[in-house]
Amino acid sequence: MDIVQSSENKMRETKTAGRLKKFFDSPVSLNLMYVPALLLFTVFIYYPIAQGIKISFTNWNGYSAHYSFVGLEKYRYMFTDMRTYKVIVNTLIYGLGSTLFQNILGLAYAVLLNAKLKGRGIVRTIVYFPVIVAPIIMGYVWYFIFQYDGGALNDIMLALGKKPIDWLGNGPRAVWLITFANTFQYMGVAMVVYLAGLQAIPREYLEAADVDGASGFYKFFHITLPLLMPAITVSVVLNIIEGLKLFDVIISMTNGGPGYASHSLSTMMSDLFFAGQDAGFAAALGNLMFVIISLFGISSLKFLRRKEVDL
Amino acid sequence: MIRLINWIKKVMSYLMELFISIVHLIPFYILVNLAFKTRQDTSSKWFPPDYLYLKNFSDVWTESHLGSALLNDLIITVCTVALVVFVGVLAAYPLARYPTRWNNGVYTLSISTLIVPALTVLVPLYKLVVDIHGISTYWAMVLVLTTFFLPTVIFLYTGFIRTIPRELDEAALIDGCNRYEIFFRIIFPLLKPVTASVIIIIMLGVWNDYRFSLFLLQKRSVQTVPLVLSQFFSQFQNNLPLAAAGSLLSMIPMALIYLFLQKYFVSGLAEGAVKG
Repeated sequence: MDIVQSSENKMRETKTAGRLKKFFDSPVSLNLMYVPALLLFTVFIYYPIAQGIKISFTNWNGYSAHYSFVGLEKYRYMFTDMRTYKVIVNTLIYGLGSTLFQNILGLAYAVLLNAKLKGRGIVRTIVYFPVIVAPIIMGYVWYFIFQYDGGALNDIMLALGKKPIDWLGNGPRAVWLITFANTFQYMGVAMVVYLAGLQAIPREYLEAADVDGASGFYKFFHITLPLLMPAITVSVVLNIIEGLKLFDVIISMTNGGPGYASHSLSTMMSDLFFAGQDAGFAAALGNLMFVIISLFGISSLKFLRRKEVDL
Repeated sequence: MIRLINWIKKVMSYLMELFISIVHLIPFYILVNLAFKTRQDTSSKWFPPDYLYLKNFSDVWTESHLGSALLNDLIITVCTVALVVFVGVLAAYPLARYPTRWNNGVYTLSISTLIVPALTVLVPLYKLVVDIHGISTYWAMVLVLTTFFLPTVIFLYTGFIRTIPRELDEAALIDGCNRYEIFFRIIFPLLKPVTASVIIIIMLGVWNDYRFSLFLLQKRSVQTVPLVLSQFFSQFQNNLPLAAAGSLLSMIPMALIYLFLQKYFVSGLAEGAVKG
């Protein structure tokens, strides 16, 4: 009896073991390998997104245990608050402005430094260097240059016999100077991407054009540029997404000031949450930012992908 | 005539090189000048001091506890890089090798988190970390950073694994390897170059992070270098040479790594971009 039972048990065991073995032999079991990643995304991204939508319908102040649902009130407030429009415009200047400058300058630098020149390695190293510096620190470095009293730029103004200017004290100018600082720091990335793209272009294409007597101008716009489109897509889309998120440099150069004049959506959100104690408004603004970034990120990706040509 | 034009072109190129180098070095030149000046010295930042003064460096080191901040940065960076590489490479393998409809959906879902800016979910994320008692802890910081850098890592690894010929897997399967052995013994060793790039990209991002640190690391004892320096800055607005010395010191670790491992910095980014 015992023997029968144990052998039955054993058979059951081998059966489950067999099933397990079969499962682990099949490619489906490999899907277990992305479970940790999905868990992390769920806990720290998807769940917060859902919560963020919920919080944006409340009047929560960010710390108390009590709050009530106020429906769309925070959104109504957001769209009637004039600061919101100012901040959206700033965010677009930071995002699209940096993208434009970074890519035009990055491409120009790449073309120059792709030519056989002595010292091009050193120049590349110098241009890329700011990428490794913390953006918050880089912002402080720019502050030394743009500050009113004893700033390096005002020393030049004085030397030229002009009046010193409070460079960061004027809202619109501060926005462009921050855009400039961000461009300066990250154009090295665009340059490196375009250098890799340029090196991937088959030499025969350009040689064939030479034989046909094409000008350098023609070669650049009709051969180099179309073949660089994949690199351009990657660089532009990443720059747009990163630029629209801009935070650190703004904090260190102006802290959003004067007033609210140079805030981006990111800095304004953190200001509303921590200083303004209006978590509902901050969450609503966060959702707006998410919509804006998705819109620009995805549409720029679609637009640029269509322009790519196959080799 | 053509030789003359070529000569002019060449000279122009070298002049451009020189001009670019100078322009890009100006901010750092100003920073260095300032860091070596005394507080009373209000001479123009364009000129270096004519004396040797190093007290700013020792002062900022002790007053802002840069040493412990560096250690915190090191702990958080090492843990995050290790975890994100491990989780990322595991996730990338099935997503790259078995692009079933379901897996492609998972891939898209993972990559699309790239466009979720950390600050969009700032309010609920902060609340969540408070609820799980993770404020001012290393582990919460490491988990959050890992999650937000994970899409980049998965993107780079899946891109690279797709370029490895599938025949390699099949040959190993015939030789009696099971699917896990294939991954750990055959595929994983081939990932060294992309792993070097991934490590560098993530290391930079974590080491220099400010936005997550600002919200999640509130106790002084766990704060990282960017955070400590930014507080130092607002505290010593009237002593800029000290702040400049702090900024300069904070750049040294990454600058050294950059100078020694330059090719990985550059190739990693470029490869990720061009192949993607």
